[in-house]
Amino acid sequence: MGLEQKLGDMGIVTTSLEKAVNWARSNAIWPMLFGLACCAIEMMSTQASRYDLSRFGMELMRASPRQSDLMIVAGRVSRKMAPVLRNLYDQMPDPKWVIAMGDCASCGGVFNNYAIVQGVDEIVPVDVYVAGCPPRPETLIDGIMKLQEKIKHEPLKKWQ
Amino acid sequence: MGANELTQALREALGDGIADVVVFRDEVTLNVPRERVIEVLTHLRDVQQFDMLTDETCVDYYPREPRFGILYQLYSIPRNIRVRVKVMLSEYDPTLPTAVGLYRNANWLEREIYDLFGIRFEGHPDLRRILLPPDWQGHPLRKEVPVTVEENAFTFNRERVDAEKPYATE
Repeated sequence: MGLEQKLGDMGIVTTSLEKAVNWARSNAIWPMLFGLACCAIEMMSTQASRYDLSRFGMELMRASPRQSDLMIVAGRVSRKMAPVLRNLYDQMPDPKWVIAMGDCASCGGVFNNYAIVQGVDEIVPVDVYVAGCPPRPETLIDGIMKLQEKIKHEPLKKWQ
Repeated sequence: MGANELTQALREALGDGIADVVVFRDEVTLNVPRERVIEVLTHLRDVQQFDMLTDETCVDYYPREPRFGILYQLYSIPRNIRVRVKVMLSEYDPTLPTAVGLYRNANWLEREIYDLFGIRFEGHPDLRRILLPPDWQGHPLRKEVPVTVEENAFTFNRERVDAEKPYATE
């Protein structure tokens, strides 16, 4: 790796606990298997072999909110779906993050009408917004890498 | 069987049950008063073999009065012909006898019309909302409901629109 040569025979690396924990958290995010509309197709393709989300330690899409720590809101959220989405978010254990994927989840997109929630940030706190209709897998991966950067600079006290 | 022959046969059988017949490009539309609609539908199903209710829907013609038009799209599988039955309803009395006794799929279609337009179907076995949440107020496909729910944000009003948004904090 190169690190060992620099350290000599010490066999010990010192760092802050915060950095070590955040490094571990950011490289093993388990997203929830949760798609709402056409954006979910792009999310599936992001996770599949061609774009390969497992390069970022995210290959495990968990079908249960109790085992996941990232909610990718992929698609428009109808007013009838909103309480369900909030319920899923509440069931996720801390620490947890939310990506609003696509225009509809970010701000309502083209659906400025009675049936659609105008941005999922009205229901759950959003960490990263990914633009696009739908966003290409590269865009989603970019959003995920932005989230990883954000996690690496989070204070540990945030999740007390 | 052409549109004109069908029109002729229906006029003879139903008489003043049909207020008016419109034929446009071989599509037959029967305008029927509200009191006679079940009688007309029964005749179409049992005598004219229109055994399938393809769709039942509603149109809001506001500000015209009568305001609502209920449309029954019927199809005859043995004869391969279609007919449309139209009933106009007043804004002040939007009630109609149910067609569930004739076509069982009218159950959910009428629930949808009730949900989105507020038309009440008398004799319907289970007139609840079907698409919107049960605690919803109002009937959103009526024309008095605004088309948009949120002001479009541009540079000149972005801050005000953003300040009015109900963001979730936790």
